[in-house]
Amino acid sequence: MNAFSILNGLTFAALLFIVASGFTLIFGLLRIVNLAHGALYLFGGLVGYSAATASGSFAIGIIAAMLFAAVLGLALDQGLLRFVRGFELRQVLLTLGVAFILNDLALVIWGGDTLTVPAPEALLGALNIGDLYYPKYRLFVLALGILVFAGLWLLLNRTRLGALIRAGVDDPETIQALGIDIRKVFMATFMLGAALAGLGGVVGGAFLTLYPSADSEILVFSLAVVIIGGRGSLAGAAVGALLVGLLNSIGQVMFPELAYFAIFGPMAALLAFRPLGLFGKAA
Amino acid sequence: MTRTAGLAALGIALLALPFVLPSYQLSLATQILIFGLLAMSIDILAGFAGRTPLCHGAIFGTAAYVVLYWTTTLGHGVLGGMVLGIIAATAVAGIFALLAIRTSGVYFLLLTLALGMIVWGVCLRWTGVTGGENGIRGAGRPEAIADPVMFYFVVLAATAPLVLAMWRFVRSPFGLTLRGIKDSDSRMRALGYNVPLHLFLAFTASGFFAGIAGALYALFNSFVSPSTVALSQSVAALLMTITGGVGTLFGAFVGAAAIISLENLVSAFTARWPTVLGLAFVLIMIFAPEGILGRFRRHRSF
Repeated sequence: MNAFSILNGLTFAALLFIVASGFTLIFGLLRIVNLAHGALYLFGGLVGYSAATASGSFAIGIIAAMLFAAVLGLALDQGLLRFVRGFELRQVLLTLGVAFILNDLALVIWGGDTLTVPAPEALLGALNIGDLYYPKYRLFVLALGILVFAGLWLLLNRTRLGALIRAGVDDPETIQALGIDIRKVFMATFMLGAALAGLGGVVGGAFLTLYPSADSEILVFSLAVVIIGGRGSLAGAAVGALLVGLLNSIGQVMFPELAYFAIFGPMAALLAFRPLGLFGKAA
Repeated sequence: MTRTAGLAALGIALLALPFVLPSYQLSLATQILIFGLLAMSIDILAGFAGRTPLCHGAIFGTAAYVVLYWTTTLGHGVLGGMVLGIIAATAVAGIFALLAIRTSGVYFLLLTLALGMIVWGVCLRWTGVTGGENGIRGAGRPEAIADPVMFYFVVLAATAPLVLAMWRFVRSPFGLTLRGIKDSDSRMRALGYNVPLHLFLAFTASGFFAGIAGALYALFNSFVSPSTVALSQSVAALLMTITGGVGTLFGAFVGAAAIISLENLVSAFTARWPTVLGLAFVLIMIFAPEGILGRFRRHRSF
């Protein structure tokens, strides 16, 4: 293990956090396990790719992807999930069906090739830290991950919407009894969670590339993060992302063929002792 | 007894099938039997233990990989390969079970999904053994069962006693305990039942049946690749169970027939099978979550 692979682990963890925090927000508040989250990542990333290539601006790519993913999330929630409210398993399986449709649509629209979102000029090349050369872009991802964590923390702990979301995670019925339209909070949360998947898609698409099975891969990593961290916990998602990111890069260095074991072995062991994850609370 | 008469008619129909169906449709019928077995093994967990798994494609595919590795790469006999494949699948299911039995509901689904993805990851990356993305292509079935009609009868002969075994399994005192756990595991625990042990055994038994289906599939298809163990395989198999009706056991074959027929119908017109599969999932979840046989039974009981 050298500094280079530790940094790789950290930057991957930052991306995982961006994606998984959206997943865990939706899971925590709406009790919906959105298995289409990976598809939102891929679809958002591809929309961002097209927007960024057409406009020549990475920022426009990010905005387009987040907007698109948020709208897609809203359509999924209001158009389909409303019919199966309250049925946990039916919700999950429905989103799984949506994931298949979105993945196939992406294949039709963008083809099966591997696409790379063009990173901005300023982030190309490597940064020299001591005697280590490290890609600037990956450091940007790390910074962005920290920024998203700070932003979400402020949103959840310092704003009215955040207070409503936190209260909704703990006790949705009481909030409704207090005269607050919880459905609007739900909708906002769903859009925010989906937008984070879209953001992850563009940011990840620039260094991990986008290809047809990228959605299920990122979904499984996000699942691992949320399973380790616990439902609906921001701190849990951060710790989970760090664990999964670092274990993944250790695994890839030490036994590349079986790298998956390095992540899921510890995850399984943890579940044996804490079935609800590190920061999980019983529903 | 109308039931005995019905069963006899079904038996005769299944035995007569090879003589009336063209060879392509016969291979579909063989496929339906194999996937019906897989869907039924899922129903043991989903319908009777109240734990919906998303890893049975991986268990099924493990058996198929072992059979083809043993017969093709190592060049040994088919029978030994099948035995080893079924053992391997059961062992994988046992390990999954140990990790997953403490969870329930959505957590169980997610955990089994992640566990199944590990198998997929291993099959994709461990190129030395699994052939990576190229998979393993078998040399075909041995002479005696190479003929499609003969192979149909082999699969039918394997399916019938297995279906009977699964039916007996869920109706045994053990199966009744499982149903109790499905309704309320805290109550069963309070009554002194060893809930984790029951779930472990049910999961392992389910994996054993899924493994047999996988070993038969290896002979049927003579080719295995990471897509055989992929999530989409687990999803398609679960969709068969749900389409037929969770908890109806025999619905598995109805579901398998419906999904496999749909796949063949659709593929004649378009290459967008995943979209159709996804749409089918969405529509069934919204409009008919109780499945074909489930709906039929509900109406009959009124």
